[in-house]
Amino acid sequence: MRYIPNSPEERAEMLNSIGLNKSAELFASIPDDLLLREHLNTPAALSELELLSRFERMGQRNAGPGRVSFLGGGAYSHYIPTIVDHIISRSEFFTAYTPYQPEISQGTLQAIFEFQTLVCQLTGMEVANASMYDGSTGLAEAVLMAERVTKRSRVIAAASVHPQYLEVVKTYVQHAGIELQLADFDKKTGQISSTLGERIDDQTAAIVVQSPNFFGCIEDVAALATLAHARGALMIVAVTEAISFGLLKPPGACNADIVVAEGQSFGVPLSFGGPYVGLFAVREKYARQIPGRLVGEAYDKQGRRGFVLTLATREQHIRREKATSNICTNEGLIALAATVYMETMGRKGIQEVAQQCAQKTAYAARRIGELDGFSLRFSGPRFNEFVVRGPAEATSQLRRLARDRAIDGGIALSRFYPDCENDFLVCVTEINSREQIDSLVEGLRDFSNE
Amino acid sequence: MANVPEDLHYSKDHEWVRPDGDVATIGITDYAQNSLGDVVYLELPKPGEEFATNESFGSVESVKAVSEVFTPVAGKVIEVNEQLNDTPEKVNSDPYGEGWMIKVRMASPGEVDSLLTAAEYEDFTKAESE
Repeated sequence: MRYIPNSPEERAEMLNSIGLNKSAELFASIPDDLLLREHLNTPAALSELELLSRFERMGQRNAGPGRVSFLGGGAYSHYIPTIVDHIISRSEFFTAYTPYQPEISQGTLQAIFEFQTLVCQLTGMEVANASMYDGSTGLAEAVLMAERVTKRSRVIAAASVHPQYLEVVKTYVQHAGIELQLADFDKKTGQISSTLGERIDDQTAAIVVQSPNFFGCIEDVAALATLAHARGALMIVAVTEAISFGLLKPPGACNADIVVAEGQSFGVPLSFGGPYVGLFAVREKYARQIPGRLVGEAYDKQGRRGFVLTLATREQHIRREKATSNICTNEGLIALAATVYMETMGRKGIQEVAQQCAQKTAYAARRIGELDGFSLRFSGPRFNEFVVRGPAEATSQLRRLARDRAIDGGIALSRFYPDCENDFLVCVTEINSREQIDSLVEGLRDFSNE
Repeated sequence: MANVPEDLHYSKDHEWVRPDGDVATIGITDYAQNSLGDVVYLELPKPGEEFATNESFGSVESVKAVSEVFTPVAGKVIEVNEQLNDTPEKVNSDPYGEGWMIKVRMASPGEVDSLLTAAEYEDFTKAESE
């Protein structure tokens, strides 16, 4: 996409044709006292040299490399092959606006088509869209979609879904006439309580679970789907750690109806919360209710293969307030990063990353569980995260660990659950070496001796 | 010039109604199918569902747009044209015949008298396209 500037002559011509003399007259309807007359109070422009050194000084305030991180909870550190940045930095892709017009955008559309294909293979579903803003907004859209499909308005979400995802869902549905209920998790296993089935009735549009859930425990999605389907409700599965697809049975094979996932683990760095990318996949029979864009394969008059946006008649720019969603775009560049990651790693590569995560996590959990004063809070099966119950208030202990040993040892759960003062969530991925895990264990051992 | 059969009743939303006792067959008019363009998909209700007058009972998706379809008369759906799942183009080629959409048992069969006659509908579409 090219930005097309206009010359002073062209501007004069345009103004002339609408009967104005200068562009300021375009703003004549704005009351005089609201017009900005003086310059904004911003610092003067810097030279390139000054600017670079200013940012270098700012950059030095970052904790920087050398720190060891065991933070997860929806944002994961994974190795990013250098080819990811190389491909997405190509100027054909690296634009602020994703061009979808098939006449000029076959490359972009083909990349999105490949993304959709890979998301289907990964989740075990039949149709995937061109991506959502992130996992949490994807989950909110899944809830809205379940209401459209079932024409029912009550949704039961597991309390073990990421608390921030639940907040986003609440924000989306609170004025949409959808009642969101929370179903508690089993305090021993950390999994959704089996009594959930009793709460599903013929007014339930969907049940929502995350697996692995916020505490790292893997849910029995197939059993929950059976309960949902028995009452005509949909099964929505959210995944915050996409690498888990490499090891766990795909939600599609567990009879999920809608699968949403955060794709950050696939080649997207951790940079202060974004940009991320949402994966969204459904059963084919629900394709017409899927939010957002879909790229389809088509053939031109000469029989040549090409790619076009499909089902766009249901989008907001055509169907206004009756649209399936008010997302009329996708997370193009980040979806491309995820596509390049998946294609580079391949099926085997993603499996291997997932296995390393699971094995290193098992080692870390065992070592930490053996420490005096520390225990693993939940017995449910885990992937690469687990909750540790420490001997004292977790926030201050984690802060000391960060300060004294440069280890970010986990997320204190009291941030989300005030009654979980001593609990923290530990995440281990393939980038954490055995030495790093051992140094975390040693750091925690100091606390058990206090 | 759009085909407007004499013996049917019409709504301003471009549906037609063919009453037979207390059962009404409902579809969209030739004028409507022509404005929509090639129909590619229909979303229709299930038998047993009840609709009030002028309630949306489904949608018609063409290559250009998705439009709601409305019940010109109140009633309960007793039959749905399942053939349209595989051959939605019948709505274009035979809107008053094989392109019918639903049959409803009318709550009050007298309601058809409040709809437009063929002549009135023809005037209405003329005014609308001018």
